[in-house]
Amino acid sequence: GPLSERRLMDVRLGELPAWLATCDFSPQGLLGGVQKAWSSYYDKYINVKRGGPAGISMLLAGYCLLSYGWNYQHISKISFWVSVL
Amino acid sequence: VLHATRPLHTTQQCLAPLPPLPEKGGEVRYGLIPEEFFQFLYPKTGVTGPYMLGTGLLLYFLSKEIYVVNHETVAAACILSVIIYGVKKFGSDVAAFADKLNEEKVAKALEVKNEAIKDLETAIEQEKKEQWRVEGRSYLFDAKRNNIAMLLETNYRERLLMVYNEVKKRLDYQVAMQNLKRQKEQDHMIQWVEKNVIQSITPQQQKESIAKCILDLKALSKSAQAAV
Repeated sequence: GPLSERRLMDVRLGELPAWLATCDFSPQGLLGGVQKAWSSYYDKYINVKRGGPAGISMLLAGYCLLSYGWNYQHISKISFWVSVL
Repeated sequence: VLHATRPLHTTQQCLAPLPPLPEKGGEVRYGLIPEEFFQFLYPKTGVTGPYMLGTGLLLYFLSKEIYVVNHETVAAACILSVIIYGVKKFGSDVAAFADKLNEEKVAKALEVKNEAIKDLETAIEQEKKEQWRVEGRSYLFDAKRNNIAMLLETNYRERLLMVYNEVKKRLDYQVAMQNLKRQKEQDHMIQWVEKNVIQSITPQQQKESIAKCILDLKALSKSAQAAV
């Protein structure tokens, strides 16, 4: 289909800048994009009859990585042996 | 989060009952990485590709100190092991409990739906009964018409009787009047005749009649004495 209507996974690498250009970066557009991403994730992993640990565990892992990334500056200052001693 | 995650009534022909929830969520390996990632790498690297990638990334992060090993690592390892042990041991029980709760909810909703269906069916039957009753309307109206005709008849006859009585009363009055008049005339005539007769009896006639009566009485007394 046309470029603007394809999802990110279906866009080829060479077309990525063009695809980014067609994106809607206004606040409403971003909010809509976030909403769509969350609803697709929710439908796939959480809103099912017999879900498992996968639904929230992926969210928690993502949260761990994000917080590690935010605190990297602070963490990288102290090394293990210094904190133990 | 707005729970309208499925598009409702967006197409022209909408299926009235919602499609049921999918049975299982997307496949996730080791609880963290979706299957799609493995399938994505399979054509190029085969089965072991993602594991190699994972190991290489891990060693790279460790060696370059992008991931720092400190007290938090130990804490994370302990927490993770406890969590994994807990999930493995009690996961199925918790899942069964949650399934039971869901079952109850669904059963209640089904209950409500069946109740509503039953009520509507009884309503339909009653409606059909009413429609059957409508056919008997003609009999009902015939009976009513008969009633009304009878009322009219009785009323008519009552009035007829009243008219008859009134007319009879008036005629009786006339008859009584005539009778009275005749009687009065008769009485008056009798009185007049008596009065004239008494007036016409002159004193001389009176003496004569008295003498005659005395003679008759003497004759009678004689005959009576003879009889005794």
